[in-house]
Amino acid sequence: MENRLSQFKFGLKDGIPIGLGYLAVSFSFGIMARGAGLTVWEAVVMSLTNVTSAGQFAALGIIQAGAPFLEMAATQLIINLRYCLMSCSLSQKLSPDMPFFHRLLISYGVTDEIFGVSVCRLGYLSPFYSYGLIGVAVPGWALGTLLGAVSGSLLPERLLSALSVALYGMFIAIVVPPSKANRTLAGVVLVSMALSLVFHLLPALSGISSGFKIIILTVLIAGAAAWLFPVKEEVEHEA
Amino acid sequence: MKPNVYLYIFVMAGVTYLIRMLPLTLIKKEIKNPYIKSFLYYVPYVTLSVMTFPAILFGTNSIWSGAAALAVAVALAYKGKSLFQVSLAACGIVFVLELFLC
Repeated sequence: MENRLSQFKFGLKDGIPIGLGYLAVSFSFGIMARGAGLTVWEAVVMSLTNVTSAGQFAALGIIQAGAPFLEMAATQLIINLRYCLMSCSLSQKLSPDMPFFHRLLISYGVTDEIFGVSVCRLGYLSPFYSYGLIGVAVPGWALGTLLGAVSGSLLPERLLSALSVALYGMFIAIVVPPSKANRTLAGVVLVSMALSLVFHLLPALSGISSGFKIIILTVLIAGAAAWLFPVKEEVEHEA
Repeated sequence: MKPNVYLYIFVMAGVTYLIRMLPLTLIKKEIKNPYIKSFLYYVPYVTLSVMTFPAILFGTNSIWSGAAALAVAVALAYKGKSLFQVSLAACGIVFVLELFLC
């Protein structure tokens, strides 16, 4: 019981930068959703049920065009396929005895950021840690959407600009420390960033959607790294 | 007449949830294959790196404040500061720099 509560508290604390970053990103989503003709509640319900940045932004265009449901499903599948990779990776962090309903509940919160933080925990992941993260991150995501949809001019532009790097700062804080100790990993990180830049700069590649770009590069680079530098020792599951 | 927006939301939420839920419920055993294990080990680092760069340069009002945020975040993360501290410092440097830049 004690342990569950402390895991939950750790989750809440680590969720703060995620929630702050979400607030900024979903604020701009709320503004765009209103622009695309959604009501305030439609925008908030979308944020609460999907919790996915790229997927929701893409959905606005699809709804606005009145496109078939199949197109919506296919687009979400491609953009969000990276969550499948993340869930596969995260499945290895769960105790084999974790009850089914915990698995169902934490599935709701597999976002880029929550995954990034969760997967770097030592030992098996406690579902209560995940609930803590979700407990801060999702309200941030929904609240930002609400504020953006209700009043696009509530936050000054200057503050939005500053908040927009919150998520990236957090990603860097996740990626850099283990790269310090592991040169292979540092190389993998640098190659990932370099190829991401190439995708951004090359006209032939820059038209690829961001979700698809993430899938291509992840499969390519992580695949090559696993082949060239297989991980020898598994030290994480000892706790 | 356009279809109900809530139906669209239902479709997208269903697809997105299944993508997240199926691997977490179906894969219950520890994967033994060293190649797949290594692949899954590298996945988060590649994904986060790809998402961060070069996007961090273009999210702010000026490419220079974005670059400064990157530099500050890398330096603090290297020193082992917490997620929250690194994140907040990145936001802070953008805010301060843009008082002069923009």
